[in-house]
Amino acid sequence: MSLTVEAPVQANPVEAFVRTERIPHVWCPGCGIGTTVNCFSRALQQSKLDLEKVVVVSGIGCTGRVAGYVKLDSFHTTHGRAIPFATGMKLVNPELTVIVYSGDGDLTAIGGNHFIHAARRNLDLKVICVNNFIYGMTGGQVAPTTPVGAICTTTPYGSFDEPFNLPFLAESAGATYVARWTAFHVRQVTHAMTEMMRKKGFCFLEILSPCPTLYQRRNRLGDGLEAMKYYKDQSVVRHGANTKEIAISFQGPIVVGKFIDIERPVFLERMNKQLTRTLDAEYAGCVGENVCG
Amino acid sequence: MTKLTGTAEKAKKVRGIVHINKNRCKGCGFCIEFCPPSVLEFSDEFNAQGYHPPRLADGDGCTGCDLCGMYCPDFAIYAVMIKNRQQGSAAHHDAV
Amino acid sequence: MEADPVGVLTGIHFLDGDQACCEGALAAGCRFAAGYPITPSTEVVERFAQRVPQVGGIFVQMEDELASSMALAGAVWAGAKAFTVTSGPGFSLMMEYVGYAAMTETPCVIVNVQRGGPSTGLPTLPAQADMMQARWGSHGDYQIIALSPNSPQECFDLTVDAFNFAEQYRVPVFVMMDECVGHMTEKVVIPSPSEIEIVPRRFTRLPHDKYLPFRAGVDGVPEMVRAGDGYGIHVTGLTHDERGYPSTSAETQRQLVDRLMNKIRQHTDEIVRYEENAVEDADVVVIAYGITARVAMHAVQMARERGVAAGLLRPIVVWPFPEKRIRELAARTRAFVVPEINYGQIVNEVERVVAGRAPVQLIPGAGGAVHHPEDILEAIISHASAEVAK
Repeated sequence: MSLTVEAPVQANPVEAFVRTERIPHVWCPGCGIGTTVNCFSRALQQSKLDLEKVVVVSGIGCTGRVAGYVKLDSFHTTHGRAIPFATGMKLVNPELTVIVYSGDGDLTAIGGNHFIHAARRNLDLKVICVNNFIYGMTGGQVAPTTPVGAICTTTPYGSFDEPFNLPFLAESAGATYVARWTAFHVRQVTHAMTEMMRKKGFCFLEILSPCPTLYQRRNRLGDGLEAMKYYKDQSVVRHGANTKEIAISFQGPIVVGKFIDIERPVFLERMNKQLTRTLDAEYAGCVGENVCG
Repeated sequence: MTKLTGTAEKAKKVRGIVHINKNRCKGCGFCIEFCPPSVLEFSDEFNAQGYHPPRLADGDGCTGCDLCGMYCPDFAIYAVMIKNRQQGSAAHHDAV
Repeated sequence: MEADPVGVLTGIHFLDGDQACCEGALAAGCRFAAGYPITPSTEVVERFAQRVPQVGGIFVQMEDELASSMALAGAVWAGAKAFTVTSGPGFSLMMEYVGYAAMTETPCVIVNVQRGGPSTGLPTLPAQADMMQARWGSHGDYQIIALSPNSPQECFDLTVDAFNFAEQYRVPVFVMMDECVGHMTEKVVIPSPSEIEIVPRRFTRLPHDKYLPFRAGVDGVPEMVRAGDGYGIHVTGLTHDERGYPSTSAETQRQLVDRLMNKIRQHTDEIVRYEENAVEDADVVVIAYGITARVAMHAVQMARERGVAAGLLRPIVVWPFPEKRIRELAARTRAFVVPEINYGQIVNEVERVVAGRAPVQLIPGAGGAVHHPEDILEAIISHASAEVAK
């Protein structure tokens, strides 16, 4: 005999981290962004960070909406500018763990300049990039990540220019942690997010994620589930792989794993060191009460 | 909203309990496809959004691994292990 | 409240406008600046970069003006007072951020040391051609405050005021300098900290469960919190309700934009500031701001020497525009003369307010030089003698 019991006290673990009054969210059926939010919530739990000191900053686009759903101090900025916003916030209050959570177009097209410079400076930011190979919110235009040959609304005869290989870009610019997983790899994504939260420095995680409404449909690749099966079947785990060699081709194999995990002084450490060396006792320091008044 | 489904007389065998918030479901099928013991299936009913939410096909099989909860993009399903359930209240309190 | 002494360089100094502006920011409690090099404004942040490590704060040179302006928002929501400094081309790039700051009610100061345009134009020479851009440069409806200093002393004073206005009304505030004022060196008196009035950030005292980040008080201005204060706020450039949550309802849009407009409009009388010289009995009133006001004052004196009753009205706060006063003057003034280093910007406001009750003559300037006082004098006399001829 099957029976229905009253809901127990324990709720969906993600609910402690989302603004449940705003659910259902805007994401399409089969979109993987919500899946990454599950991973994020578990990572927050595992990291044992003080949630009052965790901030999510997003740009514009489908992934940009993450900021609106997480139950944290969260800032939905303009298109491409999540990293500059996060820069100002982190420098003024280094106690905050500042997570930049945005899409591939936002972070690497309109925000590409900020991305490479934040990596160069080694700002202590945790950048989570949900890469669905396309501009979703605006209806399916080609992105800097679109694999060659893919059909988009603005490449109706197939995309022909070279996409960014994001881990290679991040490493080249100076990131201290670089990983790539897919929405299929929920445990690994959670683990990578947890590692980033515990690590100091510019950390970058690329998560390939289905866009069934636009990328999959226009390219006759089935629905979100088909994309997830593709990730499952075609992903090859190669930790420490040379990022130069892990570009993604249309429906080709996907190299996943943690590629970079190094130590390098962060911007504020370098600044404090330099100013202490040159100004000595005259240096008033840069953090805390001085800045916030 | 949240419904707990189990099979009382086989309680000793049940290792996990799955919770489904039917009306949040958008029918992507991730939970069904990637459930390691394959205990979920689409139901015939429609939810308020017009999708077929999953249901527990095999009440004995759930291990409480919560992979469904990890995959569900709509926060509509999750599973807990029985032993965790008894400690659940306190654990959740910590998370909030 | 009084200024924090650590940032106040009390005393008599010989500074250019850019340097004085930097001292104004420090005196106002600004401890964060982000900038990108651009002539003729860079000296402001060069000085800030030199001074702020001893005061306690940060300067960061960003990769472009899009970034340096948006970095302010992050700094402000983390709790700092923040400003950025730029000129024409950079000002254009910052318009994206201006709209965001207006929409999210992020108090901040943007200094524009104006140079000749359009485009790269005249990097080292003056203009006043960004006055309308300051008011209207970002898309959508919003209100801002803009000030126009005409001396290094005012570059100090008005930068302090700009921060105070920003905190009082939670809008982006512009200090609209020009290359001449920025590079002009004069005596600047910096008062003691106790003589400098500072408006602190309006942080809420409400408990977490009572606070809504975009619910305004009677003055239309909501109270703030900082990231990390535990309130779990959401801030977005999307149209949002009092909770800060996005909304696509026309009614939410109306309520929000109404408030963004009205919080300035309803306080115009408290914000507007202008200086008058010999206006009471003037037949011809010259309206000029910034460096041009100094030239215009000279022309007014020359006119008076010739027996022509000329006067000068100098808007110090340019936006909101001092329309009430100009409307009063229009009832009894024979003509208005408006010299500005552009092809007609503030003159349009004067014409709108005067509404045909008196002739309004623009004396344009293309940029690259200030006016000759004789050109302004000639216009003053032509209007005066036209009256005599009747």
